[in-house]
Amino acid sequence: MSAHADTHAHDDDHGHHHKETFVTKYIFSQDHKMIAKQYLITGTIMGVIGVLMSMMFRMQIAWPEEPNVLFEALLGKWAPDGVMDADIYLALVTIHGTIMVFFVLTAGLSGTFSNLLIPLQIGARDMASGFLNMVSYWLFFLSSVIMVISLFVEAGPASAGWTIYPPLSALPMAQGGSGMGMTLWLVSMAIFIASSLLGSLNYIVTVINLRTKGMSMTRLPLTIWAFFVTAIIGVVSFPVLLSAALLLIMDRSFGTSFFLSDIFIQGEVLHYQGGSPVLFEHLFWFLGHPEVYIVILPAMGLVSEIMASSSRKPIFGYRAMIASILAIAFLSTIVWGHHMFISGMNPFLGSVFTFTTLLIAIPSAVKAFNWITTLWKGNLQMNPAMLFSIGFVSTFITGGLTGIILGDSALDINVHDTYFVVAHFHLVMGISALYGMFAGIYHWYPKMFGRMLNKNLGYIHFWITAVCAYGVFFPMHFIGMAGLPRRYYTNSNFPLFDDLANVNVIITIFALIGGVVQILYLYNFFTSIFYGKKTVQNPWKSTTLEWTAPIKHIHGNWEGEIPHVHRWAYDYSKPGHDVDFVPQNIPLKEGEEELQH
Amino acid sequence: MTALLTIIVLVFILIAIWQMVKIFDLAQAKNESNTGVATDKDNTLNGYLMMGFLAFIYVITIVCFVKWGDLPLMSNSASAHGPTIDNLMIISMIIIFFVQTVTQFLLHYFAYKYKGEKGKKALFFADNNKLEAIWTIIPVIVLAGLIIYGLNTWINIMGVDESDDPLVVELYAQQFNWKARYGGADNTLGKANVRLIDIDRANILGLDESDPDAQDDVITTELHLPVGRPVLFKMRSQDVLHSAYMPHFRAQMNCVPGMITQFGFTPTVTTADMRQTPQMIEKVANINKIRVENSKPLIAKGEEPLERYEFDYLLLCNKICGKSHYNMQMKIVVETQEEYDAWMKEQKEFKNSLVN
Repeated sequence: MSAHADTHAHDDDHGHHHKETFVTKYIFSQDHKMIAKQYLITGTIMGVIGVLMSMMFRMQIAWPEEPNVLFEALLGKWAPDGVMDADIYLALVTIHGTIMVFFVLTAGLSGTFSNLLIPLQIGARDMASGFLNMVSYWLFFLSSVIMVISLFVEAGPASAGWTIYPPLSALPMAQGGSGMGMTLWLVSMAIFIASSLLGSLNYIVTVINLRTKGMSMTRLPLTIWAFFVTAIIGVVSFPVLLSAALLLIMDRSFGTSFFLSDIFIQGEVLHYQGGSPVLFEHLFWFLGHPEVYIVILPAMGLVSEIMASSSRKPIFGYRAMIASILAIAFLSTIVWGHHMFISGMNPFLGSVFTFTTLLIAIPSAVKAFNWITTLWKGNLQMNPAMLFSIGFVSTFITGGLTGIILGDSALDINVHDTYFVVAHFHLVMGISALYGMFAGIYHWYPKMFGRMLNKNLGYIHFWITAVCAYGVFFPMHFIGMAGLPRRYYTNSNFPLFDDLANVNVIITIFALIGGVVQILYLYNFFTSIFYGKKTVQNPWKSTTLEWTAPIKHIHGNWEGEIPHVHRWAYDYSKPGHDVDFVPQNIPLKEGEEELQH
Repeated sequence: MTALLTIIVLVFILIAIWQMVKIFDLAQAKNESNTGVATDKDNTLNGYLMMGFLAFIYVITIVCFVKWGDLPLMSNSASAHGPTIDNLMIISMIIIFFVQTVTQFLLHYFAYKYKGEKGKKALFFADNNKLEAIWTIIPVIVLAGLIIYGLNTWINIMGVDESDDPLVVELYAQQFNWKARYGGADNTLGKANVRLIDIDRANILGLDESDPDAQDDVITTELHLPVGRPVLFKMRSQDVLHSAYMPHFRAQMNCVPGMITQFGFTPTVTTADMRQTPQMIEKVANINKIRVENSKPLIAKGEEPLERYEFDYLLLCNKICGKSHYNMQMKIVVETQEEYDAWMKEQKEFKNSLVN
């Protein structure tokens, strides 16, 4: 389906001298640029599903148990007379989380831009292995299809929360969604992980081996650094989730007891003995926490690049930016326990994880200040991509700061699993990563499709989205601090929370506006493929190599020789030059010094 | 219905926006070719909007704090360790508030101040070690303080001092309700395992019937605690993960099948006293006003109005546990030692509750 959408866009690309059939060009393509588009469009379709789900459960929270024709139309038997069922509420929450975290913000974001930009920005003809790259995309596509199919099984889709903690996820008698729905969820995720690993290995090998002449590691754009480090985190942590998923499949289907012990449910004692759900939590979060950095680091890379280009200034503190990416990546693998302070884990371990977790604030602060300084005395070109980048820094700060509270084990006791957590992670990794993705799309759309997006629609898209994002998630902190647990189908059984009902209505209204406004973006995206203004070769006057490649997509990226690199990626407004940008492939002038980076 | 109307309104707004953009596009097409790249006009407009957005962030912050900032959990803790958590929370919030205000200002102000103009050249400013050092070291110092304070608090809360003879209470979780088990006169819980559950004999928590410690155990569906006495909770779950969340006591611990977890605190305010605090009176009055308002449509339909709300401490389940997760709660009553003793006397001991 995804490949179809771009079918017509590049009909004019046909007739290039390679022997390409429709199938090898648009479907089983090994060209990184086409694969990037495939990732983007599949991710977009999954994103639409994920956002629709969130709009539905937000309506349930604001107007609990009220009949709603939308529910009746979309949920069918799960909404008798239009009243949402409690089981399907949990399923919506679960699948929303899964889709947004993995399918949109991991594959859709990292898959799209790593594929598009790594070869183009390092000066390579393609990925190290075009074939593996193709396999990686199709595995992702397959896992998406399975995840969507799982929405239609008889007993309901997986509904144990996106963290699928056993025993809830392991026992079909504990919850309808833990039957076939969970099986498909696990199969889908196992395939997804395989896809992600193939992709990551490819990115790592490509960055290490295929840089063009002169492209030293310290001349790489920050995007590439971010993708590179992200891929390394993925390779380190995704296999652990795969093992957790496999062990859970064993527990579910083959009677092992890795995660289960001493269970009495629906009148009978189960045979499981000796396992521990806490073990699953460790395995899950060993991926689960690095995962949020897998999501946010590529967004950081994109934002750094766009901010420099749109400010017409070098990114401030290039080396510090790399150091902080590395520091964040390292720390991200030793903080998973902060999701488990009150899991029954030894409190001493809680202390250790509090320590490592709060340390992450340091490289994060460095990055935030460097971005702000990049704006200082710039000549800011307020393109939609730039607006989303500024928006990214804003939500990253707002959402990141509350991490200081959640990372502190003593404070976590009281806000753990409340809406405070929901507000925190949506701002810091959900909205921020989404902004990073939008920024990337607005910025590299001309590179992908040879046409420009409509900027006025882009402005409106940004401003309404920005207001709604704060409108949804800022008040949400406060209902969390008032003690409202997340994942409650309705709060009407707790009169204690009656005074929060109006806050929930406000949040939902912002969420609905924010969700509906994305139609503007989708309209812009899909119509511009065909009718957008034709782009010039380097519309943003950027320095990086992708803009030296021809607009028309060709196999091998550059006609003739690959450009050589003579300088770092951020020579914007450099004194001694007439223009305010010097592309990386321009040799140093006589007597010109390269900055020591 | 409300939801549907909202959606319809939204769709109309969207169509309106779309049409407006078309008009914009047509207007721009005339004077300068709309290349999709920002012009000076765009830069200026968006620069001003950035300042507007900054104002929006400040306003929403102030509104949230004023309207919802004193919701119960910031101020009225009812346990001995509660105030230490609240202090740490307030200090963290002040730091966050300060950093948030300053950095958001700089970000949006710079975006406004340095909005692009044709012919202007940006400052080539790539690096400054002194600046980097400053914004590395300041967070280091602040975080070091927070870490030390936080860990100190954490260790004090989690460290259980067996020497001050805590009242031992088991919290037992199952889909979808809570039970409490008291050790009886010896304050010692009898051995238990879900494999020993015998529904026919009403041995619902799986107590070992041969264990002498189990004989005088007391199983209840309400949690009563004497004020001022340390309590040590032992948590168990029979089926899936649950979490015993007692927000007013700043207490939470997961209940994990196959293992026993624990959490201890000392309740300091009785339910009766808490109901009399001015804050709580105001909160309850407000909630009842809302409930009266919400009852009106019910009465119009000929249904029962909502019950009047009276404050009680609650134990909530805070770990997704299945369909009725949203309604897994238990009332907590904190009372004087005498009231507690009188209540306990009315409860059945385990050996007398079995069906033979």
